[in-house]
Amino acid sequence: MSTPNPHAPVDAAKDPMKIPITYICGDCHSENEIKPKDAIRCRECGHRILYKKRTKRASVFDAR
Amino acid sequence: MSQRSRSKWLILEETGVLHTSNADAVGDVEGVSGRWELNNFKSKFDVRIVSKTDQEMEFDLIGLDASISNAIRRVMMSEVPSMAVEKVIIMQNSSVIQDEVLAHRLGLLPLKADPKFFQTKVPPPPDSDQIEVNENDSLEFELKIKCSLNPKATKDMTDPDDIYLNHIVKTSDVKWLPIGLQSDMLKPEDVGPVENDVVIAKLRPGHEIDLKMVAWKGVGKDHAKFMPATVWYRLLPEIRLKEKIEGERAYRLQKCFSPGVISVETNEKGVSVAKVSDARYDSNSRNVFFHEDLKNSVEMGKILDHFIFHVESFGAQKPETLVCEAIKIMMSKCTQFLEYL
Repeated sequence: MSTPNPHAPVDAAKDPMKIPITYICGDCHSENEIKPKDAIRCRECGHRILYKKRTKRASVFDAR
Repeated sequence: MSQRSRSKWLILEETGVLHTSNADAVGDVEGVSGRWELNNFKSKFDVRIVSKTDQEMEFDLIGLDASISNAIRRVMMSEVPSMAVEKVIIMQNSSVIQDEVLAHRLGLLPLKADPKFFQTKVPPPPDSDQIEVNENDSLEFELKIKCSLNPKATKDMTDPDDIYLNHIVKTSDVKWLPIGLQSDMLKPEDVGPVENDVVIAKLRPGHEIDLKMVAWKGVGKDHAKFMPATVWYRLLPEIRLKEKIEGERAYRLQKCFSPGVISVETNEKGVSVAKVSDARYDSNSRNVFFHEDLKNSVEMGKILDHFIFHVESFGAQKPETLVCEAIKIMMSKCTQFLEYL
């Protein structure tokens, strides 16, 4: 990604630094919303391994 | 029944089954083998409905050939159309059940939708991810569910029903999405899974299922999920007593057959006498041939042209509709065949 223009108006919805992304704790499976530069740590149990969620992209299966 | 010609009898012997062919038994002129006449068939053919509910039916077809009744059975199972889920578009599935297995399970759900209202869909090319849904040939459903911990649960609870929310995905969670004018033509209670309590998957907190299903019309010979009913038939059993069976022998004879088949009555002299009251529901176990003193007094057999049909619909269509549809399909097959002659 190109470096963001510091003079452009800050759009909270588009700024990747402000969008929280949901991760799943490797230990207690609870969901954690983490922003860039946040500590990688589960809020529930303190476990330090977090996993990304499965993509929301649709895939088609034959019901056979 | 004893006047009935011997040629229409299949004999169950101790160690074998005799006279199983009904080639000369159906519709032909008495005594003249192989000469079939329509009027003769018409005068002997009979249909009797024995019991009927919305899902099950038992009926008798009397006076026709095994080839015809078997054709009716086969056509009803493999060529009468019905609706079933054919494509599953999975957006999210984080449950323990794999996408392919989940899709297969959803395909097997019996759907409540009258196939009369739908056209047969032209199948899209295999492996294409583009699915066009049309109000005339498709039904669309949605399944969107997420399991979570029950906030009302207390620490001492251990039952999954108490501590989790939405942890069992059932057919009642399937939502119908009307396409185009379908919301005007069909009522919500006429569309959807037949049963509301079929378990599709089990979830734990954090697991999520989000998918769409598309159902089309199909026939059972393509895939078993399109079978509208299970159909089977058997021949009417008949039991004949060659001599009077009395006293202890009568009760022993009664035990050899299914309950209700043999009745024991006490006559005016106070002697118990066995009588065949209803052989229809006998299991044909032939246990009577184990008894040396009884086996020569009893003859067991079946009527070769009396078929007891059972139709067990999966719920989308009534059993009598399925029988009529099957016969219509057979008639169109015959017409087609005659055109080729």
